[in-house]
Amino acid sequence: MNISLILQMAADAEPERIGLVCDGRRWSYRSLWKAAHGAALNILKSGASHVALLDENSEAAAISLFGAAIAGVPYVPLNYRLADADLAALLQRIAPAYITGDVERIERLSPVGGHTALSRTDFVAQAERLGDVGSADEVEQDIAIQLFTSGTTAAPKAAILRHSNLLSYILGTVEFSSASEDEAALVSVPPYHIAGIAALLSSIYSMRRILLLPAFDPDDWLALAAAERASNAFVVPTMLSRIITRMDEGARFELSALQAIAYGGGRMPTELIERALELFPRVNFTNAYGLTETSSTIALLGPEEHRAAQGATDPAIRARLGSVGKPLPTVEIEIRDEDGRRLPPGERGEIYVRGEQVSGEYRERKALDADGWFPTRDAGYMDADGYLYLSGRADDIIVRGGENISPAEIEDALMTHPAIADAAAVAVPSVEWGETVGIAIVPRPGQKAPSDEELRTLIKNRLRSSRVPERIAVMDALPYNEMGKLLRREVRALLRNYTTVAAPGP
Amino acid sequence: MKPGTKLKSAACDTEIMVVRAGDAAIECGGLPMAEERPAERKPMNPAFAEGTKIGKRYVNAAGTVELLCVKPGQGSLSIAGQALKIKDAKPLPASD
Repeated sequence: MNISLILQMAADAEPERIGLVCDGRRWSYRSLWKAAHGAALNILKSGASHVALLDENSEAAAISLFGAAIAGVPYVPLNYRLADADLAALLQRIAPAYITGDVERIERLSPVGGHTALSRTDFVAQAERLGDVGSADEVEQDIAIQLFTSGTTAAPKAAILRHSNLLSYILGTVEFSSASEDEAALVSVPPYHIAGIAALLSSIYSMRRILLLPAFDPDDWLALAAAERASNAFVVPTMLSRIITRMDEGARFELSALQAIAYGGGRMPTELIERALELFPRVNFTNAYGLTETSSTIALLGPEEHRAAQGATDPAIRARLGSVGKPLPTVEIEIRDEDGRRLPPGERGEIYVRGEQVSGEYRERKALDADGWFPTRDAGYMDADGYLYLSGRADDIIVRGGENISPAEIEDALMTHPAIADAAAVAVPSVEWGETVGIAIVPRPGQKAPSDEELRTLIKNRLRSSRVPERIAVMDALPYNEMGKLLRREVRALLRNYTTVAAPGP
Repeated sequence: MKPGTKLKSAACDTEIMVVRAGDAAIECGGLPMAEERPAERKPMNPAFAEGTKIGKRYVNAAGTVELLCVKPGQGSLSIAGQALKIKDAKPLPASD
């Protein structure tokens, strides 16, 4: 199997149709397919062990992805926002690589890596000049993609996705050529994120034209959506929040073509999705839950479920806006306790997933169990109707004297306070309990932070005394990565050294 | 047969990729398919000439065989004379 089949089929079916638009340049499926062959020839000639990208999104991402697939060399899009030392370590791990992007930085950080480094312009020009259909023979290789995880809890792991994982995902979720010619998907997630890769594969297979935004900015997003009449978009919650803020500030764009917004990649605040449903009354919203190690989406909450929850008076139905929906028909999901026993509905544990799209594999080790189940390290539960709810990373669960406490329940309670703009709950070491609760809060602009006493009473009344924080920090902002993921290890480190120790709960 | 194996019709332009097939011998236009096309195209059995469609998945009644049509042609797919059917796919909302 080879994911290059996806582009090949689109190029065979409708060679002249426009498949990708970036910076004003329009690429037909045939022109992309030819350029991918040109790239494959250069990749093979370089003798590289990996094909990498160190750049914002552009046609070079699509040409690298499919060129690498044809050449049978793993594709490794890198996070250009990483600090020099972290990036240097990753460049070392993929040497010798054929890399497109920031040539100066590659040569400075990895001078002896034996890399072949090209600027975006040179890479694309060479791929186009050399490329012709059939000019490179497809090479069979199992591994399509190697993605370094974001490492919010530990050092980045090299997750591996095989051609068979990605093709299973696409064949199982997308109908070939199902998009009409006026459909266009606005892609604003970076190329090194699994959602950025899945967007290329899904859109090309459905033949929905891709509108690539090189880097996210709310005004650029709104302008591109209006100018190219985007019908679909995928956003992470922070992007949606920034788009809505601009619209609330009066930014006016003609978005009548917009039919569907899918979101994922982080926790969606209920307030935000409710505001989005009001602001876009005719748009279909889909919440997608997935991981790098599962080739993107494994569960989704569909448009009808969003609208049913929005209008519901039944609190159980309304709560579904906070759910990530039901498993895809092609995967199985189970909730298990620490001893690996399957838990009944309503009980919280670790989320396990199994299916052909699930790789669950790293360069260093395979994380699948003997029966093919992948422990996601995400904590959550499933309700009686099969809807999945997330409650954070399993590693972030606070274990206080044997009792498991989910940070999300404390954060949700804190967020009900009118003076609190953002909140995080993390484990802090405790001699008495092993771990206990520490919180960091961000007051709303112009508001005074609530007193420690007020916060402790709020938690005690809404939850119970074991959830009452022992340490409380007031901050100007919480630390997030560029995809809007909270960096809990930084909050933990801060609270560990925080000297103000509040009176512990009983 | 290994998933990912590509087979060509002896009678038309059809090409398929095996998603799963076990040991089943796949036919197109009434003739066995193979990884290489014969030098000369063979005449099609008119009972298997309804055509294949690109991007459609074809399955047998037992659900043990699934094939993806990657190039369309005039022949239709079968196993031991039993026609394969297009797999019903429930459309999912675009999630990425």
